[in-house]
Amino acid sequence: MPAPAFHAEYVLRLADSTLVLGQRLAEWCGHGPMLEEDIALTNVALDLVGQARLLLSHVGSIEESGRDEDALAYFRSESEFRNWTLLELPNGDGAHHDYAITIARNLMFSALTVPMWEALTASSDQALAQIAAKSVKEARAHLRHASEWTVRLGDGTPVSHDRMQAAFDRLWPYANEWWADDPIDAAAAKAGIGPMLASLKPAWDRTLDAVLTEATLTQPTRTRFLSSGKHGRHSEHLGYLLAEMQSLARSDPGAQW
Amino acid sequence: MSEAEFPLWEVFVRSKQGLDHKHCGSLHAADAQMALRMARDVYTRRMEGVSIWVVPSVAITASLAEEQSTDFDPMADKIYRHPTFYELPDEVKNM
Repeated sequence: MPAPAFHAEYVLRLADSTLVLGQRLAEWCGHGPMLEEDIALTNVALDLVGQARLLLSHVGSIEESGRDEDALAYFRSESEFRNWTLLELPNGDGAHHDYAITIARNLMFSALTVPMWEALTASSDQALAQIAAKSVKEARAHLRHASEWTVRLGDGTPVSHDRMQAAFDRLWPYANEWWADDPIDAAAAKAGIGPMLASLKPAWDRTLDAVLTEATLTQPTRTRFLSSGKHGRHSEHLGYLLAEMQSLARSDPGAQW
Repeated sequence: MSEAEFPLWEVFVRSKQGLDHKHCGSLHAADAQMALRMARDVYTRRMEGVSIWVVPSVAITASLAEEQSTDFDPMADKIYRHPTFYELPDEVKNM
């Protein structure tokens, strides 16, 4: 019997976010500032794609139409994706990859997913709890990597400091999407499936405060900007990302390797 | 990214079943903590180990390749230095 619609919606937000960020980080492959960081970023990407696979497969098993992970990843259109908008933004200005943007985004996202996965280990959805038990360790490593680089770059040279500050200034408004009131979140929390994202804000604030302070960076002022990726209303960037990600599968649907 | 800012480190990894750290490679890093993180990312991707040591390459003094025959050939014909006449019980086979 399929689960209520909010159950799949709730999981899909995390699933699509890990898939989209995994895809963005994979763009760094071969372009890292040094070999070790090329491997570090692609390792993070692989972890995220692995989480996406588990989560999408799980969504497929709880939704009515029962699509598998490939059908969900490669054959949905933009408006059907539920990732938070932050993750689909480009790694830089489009022409150049920007390490500051990449690290800032990884910090913001992993500071959310660590407490989120921790809470999900107690989910009433057993399969989701198991995915969480494995994923929380990966998220902690991602948080560690992003924190340490934020500190080194923030408390680095005047150039690296300015670029890190600019990156946080640019990305900060996209966090508002997590904290906005949400009936899907509320329903999922009530059913014991997972936490309301707004309940994770105190932990997120503590982490970001601590890292930004050590990095000698200023926390950007909160604005009223509110992105809407979780409702399927995305920025102009997701279309390009999906076109590239989905083109091979769509060119020969059902192909076996 | 100069050698002064990112010096070379030697990486040693102890495998899950192993007793000693084995040298597995080297990498450039700004300091010990960064070297450790990078070693984890670069050298333990395939579950190679559970413990990592990193040592600045300058801290290692190595014997010279040119002196290999002077250093080690004389050991080849000194069988009396090996305890070959004892039978070791299985329990101490790592001795």
